[in-house]
Amino acid sequence: MRLNFMLNGKETIVDTQPDRRVVDLLREDLGLIGAKECCGAGECGACTILVNGISRLSCLMLAAQLEGMEVTTIEGVAPEGGFDIVQQAFIDHGAVQCGFCTPGMVLAVMDLLHRNPQPTSTEIREGLSGNLCRCTGYQKIVEAVLAAAALLNGRRG
Amino acid sequence: MDVLFPRTIQELRELFVSYPDGRILAGGTDLLVQIRKQGNKPSTLFSVEHLAQLQRVEVNETELFIGAGVTHQQLLECPIIKQHFPVLYDALSVLGSPPIRHSGTLGGNVCTASPAGDTLPPLYVLGAKIAISEQTAQRCVPIAQFIRGPGHTILKQGEFVTGIYIPLPMPNTFSAYYKVGKRKALAISIASLAVMLELNSDETVKNLKLAWGSVGPTVMMLPAVEDFLKGKILSDEVLAQAGEMVMLSTKPIDDIRASAEYRRHLTANLLFYLCSDSRLDSI
Repeated sequence: MRLNFMLNGKETIVDTQPDRRVVDLLREDLGLIGAKECCGAGECGACTILVNGISRLSCLMLAAQLEGMEVTTIEGVAPEGGFDIVQQAFIDHGAVQCGFCTPGMVLAVMDLLHRNPQPTSTEIREGLSGNLCRCTGYQKIVEAVLAAAALLNGRRG
Repeated sequence: MDVLFPRTIQELRELFVSYPDGRILAGGTDLLVQIRKQGNKPSTLFSVEHLAQLQRVEVNETELFIGAGVTHQQLLECPIIKQHFPVLYDALSVLGSPPIRHSGTLGGNVCTASPAGDTLPPLYVLGAKIAISEQTAQRCVPIAQFIRGPGHTILKQGEFVTGIYIPLPMPNTFSAYYKVGKRKALAISIASLAVMLELNSDETVKNLKLAWGSVGPTVMMLPAVEDFLKGKILSDEVLAQAGEMVMLSTKPIDDIRASAEYRRHLTANLLFYLCSDSRLDSI
């Protein structure tokens, strides 16, 4: 099928199978390897992407479902030559260890902060409960999210 | 597999005629995992995400209608669910994880018919009815008749669920869902309990519905235990006696999550939440 969707702000047309998993389409066909496949069953969040701004699991979506949608992967988050506030907060607070969960984690944070711009630590833990970090660096991640939220709120201020 | 996107119920009915082995793709959180694991691909998937009639949430004086394709997250964001159906709200809050709730649907949870499906015990105590589209007509059946066993429903080939009807609870009804899993997020429940409770002015039980998840092939209800508790004050002693009755009536299984013996004790002990839930003080 010919699939037409917005990928990281660019209109994208690809020929693909309708039942191609989105994670395979992104990684293998389009070379965007930020989304990781880990469990392949919706339990770890490593393959998280944003579809119309909502965090979704690319291992549990089929290519045909992207028709007409706006998709954001970690590759589309940073402004030219820099980092997004959430990414920078992760760096500043040592929230990246091996980095495998980080792309999914950052996108889940972006969805969370969009829904709840001033989350408590508990709300952050609940909001990120679908993203596993096997390095178990959760405390640093929570601190990074608190800092990013404070910065974003200051800007909106 | 081809993936088709019917826009109306009639279109979906016709697709089942053209592709008899087709399957409905709702959130995909169970179906896509299952297809990948078992490798038995249907020729066609019918995605219902653009089928507007399945995305409705409507309420009138007597009942709530939830379209089968409404996601768990959308329901959590409906003020009416939080206000009038706390037992369902509780269950949705602990179902899977945020991205699972962004995809998964209520109709999907019902049709998957897992003994551990988190929304099922709430739907049993709420007296939910399942609206089924047949080839040319509609019918409605109580959820307890709809689900036949693990993964089995009464749906015949070509039939599908369009939505769930739930009667509005009486004012001052307390309801809650308690779940025990290995961890808080992404946990399949080891045992769970849904409660609907009305008290008399002297704090004795007027009406009570109890439904347990994950302790049998389908959701378990024990009318004898409900009858035993009616007219009584829910003290520790009374709940302990009810727990003894529950233990005698429960035949859970050993599995990777817990032993049958642990589950049996848990099934009884979940009742004690009724002594400690602070939300009960406000009814």
